[in-house]
Amino acid sequence: MTELPLIGEAIAVAADAPGARRLAGARIGVVTFPGTLDDRDAARAVRLAGGTAVPLWHADTTLGDVDAVVIPGGFSYGDYLRAGAIARFAPLMSKIIDAANSDAKLPVLGICNGFQILTESHLLPGSMIKNDHLKFMCRDQVLRVENSNTAWTLDYEAGQEITVPLKNQDGQYIADEKVLDALEAEGRVVFRYVGFNPNGSRRDIAGISNAAGNVVGLMPHPEHAVEVGFGPESLDGIGGSDTDGLGFFTSVLNKIVGGNK
Amino acid sequence: MTEINSVVEPVETKKFNIDTVENAAKTPDTELPWAELGLKQNEFDEVVKVLGRRPTGAELAMYSVMWSEHCSYKSSKNHLRQFGEKVTDEMKKDMLVGIGENAGVTNLGDGWAVTFKIESHNSPSFVEPYQGAATGIGGIVRDIISMGARPVAVMDPLRFGAIDHPDTARVMHGAVAGIGGYGNSLGLPNIGGEMVFDSVYQGNPLVNALAVGVMRHEDIRLANASGKGNKVVLFGARTGGDGIGGASVLASESFDDTKPSKRPAVQVGDPFAEKVLIECCLELFKGSLVEGIQDLGAAGISCATSELASNGDGGMEVELTSVLLRDPTLTPGEILMSESQERMMAVVTPENIAAFEAVMDKWAVEYSWLGEVTDTGRLIITWDGVVIVDVDPRTVAHDGPVYDRPYARPSWQDSVQADSFTGSVQDTGRPSAPAELAAAVTELVASPNMCSKDWITNQYDRYVGGNTALAFPDDAGVVRVDEETGLGVALATDANGRYTFLDPYHGAQLALAEAYRNVATSGAVPMAVSDCLNFGSPEDPDVMWQLAEAIRGLSDACMVLGIPVTGGNVSLYNQTGTTPIHPSPVVAVLGKLDDVARRTPSGWREDGQAIYLLGTTAAELDGSEWANMRGHLGGLPPKVDLAAERELGEILINASRDGMVDSAHDLSEGGLAAALVESALRYGVGARIALQDVLDRDGVDLFTALFSESQGRAVVGVPRSEEVRFKDMCTARGFAHTRIGVVDAASGNLEINGVDTMSLAALREAHEATLPKYFG
Repeated sequence: MTELPLIGEAIAVAADAPGARRLAGARIGVVTFPGTLDDRDAARAVRLAGGTAVPLWHADTTLGDVDAVVIPGGFSYGDYLRAGAIARFAPLMSKIIDAANSDAKLPVLGICNGFQILTESHLLPGSMIKNDHLKFMCRDQVLRVENSNTAWTLDYEAGQEITVPLKNQDGQYIADEKVLDALEAEGRVVFRYVGFNPNGSRRDIAGISNAAGNVVGLMPHPEHAVEVGFGPESLDGIGGSDTDGLGFFTSVLNKIVGGNK
Repeated sequence: MTEINSVVEPVETKKFNIDTVENAAKTPDTELPWAELGLKQNEFDEVVKVLGRRPTGAELAMYSVMWSEHCSYKSSKNHLRQFGEKVTDEMKKDMLVGIGENAGVTNLGDGWAVTFKIESHNSPSFVEPYQGAATGIGGIVRDIISMGARPVAVMDPLRFGAIDHPDTARVMHGAVAGIGGYGNSLGLPNIGGEMVFDSVYQGNPLVNALAVGVMRHEDIRLANASGKGNKVVLFGARTGGDGIGGASVLASESFDDTKPSKRPAVQVGDPFAEKVLIECCLELFKGSLVEGIQDLGAAGISCATSELASNGDGGMEVELTSVLLRDPTLTPGEILMSESQERMMAVVTPENIAAFEAVMDKWAVEYSWLGEVTDTGRLIITWDGVVIVDVDPRTVAHDGPVYDRPYARPSWQDSVQADSFTGSVQDTGRPSAPAELAAAVTELVASPNMCSKDWITNQYDRYVGGNTALAFPDDAGVVRVDEETGLGVALATDANGRYTFLDPYHGAQLALAEAYRNVATSGAVPMAVSDCLNFGSPEDPDVMWQLAEAIRGLSDACMVLGIPVTGGNVSLYNQTGTTPIHPSPVVAVLGKLDDVARRTPSGWREDGQAIYLLGTTAAELDGSEWANMRGHLGGLPPKVDLAAERELGEILINASRDGMVDSAHDLSEGGLAAALVESALRYGVGARIALQDVLDRDGVDLFTALFSESQGRAVVGVPRSEEVRFKDMCTARGFAHTRIGVVDAASGNLEINGVDTMSLAALREAHEATLPKYFG
């Protein structure tokens, strides 16, 4: 894991330490669509990891000078059509798609609705359909980090198990067998559900990446496991940690400032 | 739907036959459908007297909804006054806004204020469970926004019919999916509530909804229209044909199989529109762009215009054809009565119009300017410039009928109270052998009312917002308000219909005592009360007595506990045919934590910690879950001792603040047996318990110690290093405390001396299997 200061101290250290100042200078955009719900939480996670969160609005036509982007959870435009199907066409999304595919390979993390938007945008393959049990499900979920080489997982060990909240109703990941085989072969299955598959996702897949590893999407919510007292352990006590999700944000921040692996 | 305008003399305006004020004055004898709209003869006569002429169709529509039981509190008003009268200076000190506004506001300190309110959405949730429950959340959340607050959490107390009745699954699936579908889309964590099954709610489920919001003091907004020349704007969703007459026809009458389906009176919700409305309103508040604001709930535009006007300078002029419609065929009366969701009305100064419109455009929210504030003291509504409403808004909003309904102690109350569980037919074969007691504990925690509610709560988002410090199944929900300081609030809702049926005065007090205890158990200082009074028909003197007694009991108890009622709602006519529900006053208590990091969870974790039982146990099984499981309801509910509740509360709060307890769980339904199992299952950590000292001191047997529902009790886990200090505190306060065991993290069992050892795995299996068994 990271050597960087985590909860609380991050902000204090950011003020004086030269390395920390550099980290705080890393700007992570957090996208808000009408209907986005977890944008404040994603911004808090960025802050707690030591970075600077930059709010981005769906109608913006420029990304500004952000170093990475988080597309948070929620119900973009209500998601009365297929989840993420309208958000894909937002002005900001075309900028994100271009930047993710550019040589600079902008790191992009899609969480829950953000993951759905990334598949609709064809930055990631496959799609999400309704949970196999047809209900919304909120639970503390154990995940295995299968690939620790993506922009968002550098601070984890391959095979590490983490606990983060899961909350969605359209979380069943599907793709045809060929795509699934290719994802497995290329190491692009980044997270797998452990112990319990909460939605019927193919091959227990919880999250995937693009070939370059800069774009990652997953259904569970790492931004809700970043602070002692407000994460899975406090609420469900299943033996995980409150802060298992922080590594997503420290990973990308370290990558941006060049301080990691 | 009733055609209000079809019966009057035609005056050709636009595409309708419009009943104008001028027309009404000329045609005094026109027959009007006041009875179909829910008005009584004397009420219609009063309208005519107030106006000095017959009302127009549009006026009739307004009076009929605003004078309905739901909007006017006409049967309960005379009793509700006690909440305002029985108030001490201590209770007033933190109250920034009291009863009467959309929701009361309480001072949290550091410049923060909190507003919360609980409301019913019972009738619509029976007719159409998904939309009924969903719009219940929507409505209460808009009440909170109307005060200028950002909503931060919701809770849902639910009461449905028998768990095995075929219709219960319909209501259960619909209501839970509706609360989840709507609430989860708003970004508000659902942090608690209740789930009770009882056949008395079979034809009339109770779906109550609570919302809490926070704001800075300077952001408090009130519903009034002041400043002549200021503009009146309606924004949010368009007005449609849903929910017409919801308050009058649906919420203020009993169901009757012989009448046509009331589905058209149920509103249909759009959570996305509500979410956008929340963000849009908060941006308006931030820019100080509105002078007054009011949500559109029951009685729609009728309510919003008349309340804004009567609370302000007293006048308003509105052009009704400016209202944006989903259905262009709506008549003026229908537009006035429509309860379409996700709408707000605001008063804006001319200088702020451009800035207001910019916020609307940013969030792509539709709006239309309807008119302006006047100083005439009249509410004038025109249709294409022709006056169709000309009333004193106070007569619509505030001066509705008030009834002193006759009430009397029911003739059957004495015989019910004389029928104690102890010694009854149902009390045969009371468990006493170790194996019997273990089976009884397992049966209890698997019973419909005591089983795990995960099936429900796992369908709600409890994480969103990132501020949830405690949620179900802990005693209270806790959310952080200020990220810098950790300042936060705790909330709990409670009611026990069986206790209140046995003794309405004390039953209501027991609901308050339990909610108070739950909040204190989390470590929070109780500050304010909101209540949702669910009762049967006020026209039944038995029910009216229950209501009067419950209000008297609740208001008396608030005085003793020193916390004021800041708002709430009365829901009457909850009955099937002539059979009323159990009187069910659902009481919500809000508390404050200076630092939510100090909150106390309900489960054991640390091996070797001492477990203490606070309070004393008497043989109080009447009305208990045990008696309920055996099919008995009679006798007297547990004794209320509010002084003891206050003392216990202070112990729990101080212990939390000073780090003397690591866990605390209150004892209520299911008694000590339920509390021990829940404390163990919370984190899957067992304990070894010996109750001999309790049995000796209180003179009760083991069964009674485990299943009695004596009040003023809690189980706490005390770190070894704090034991002396904790005992000294209880001793100094003269509060009964007994060490009943130790936490045992390794065993995986709950061991109680005299009861066969119960494995946590088996208890969890029993506890969690019940709801999936019935609901899939």
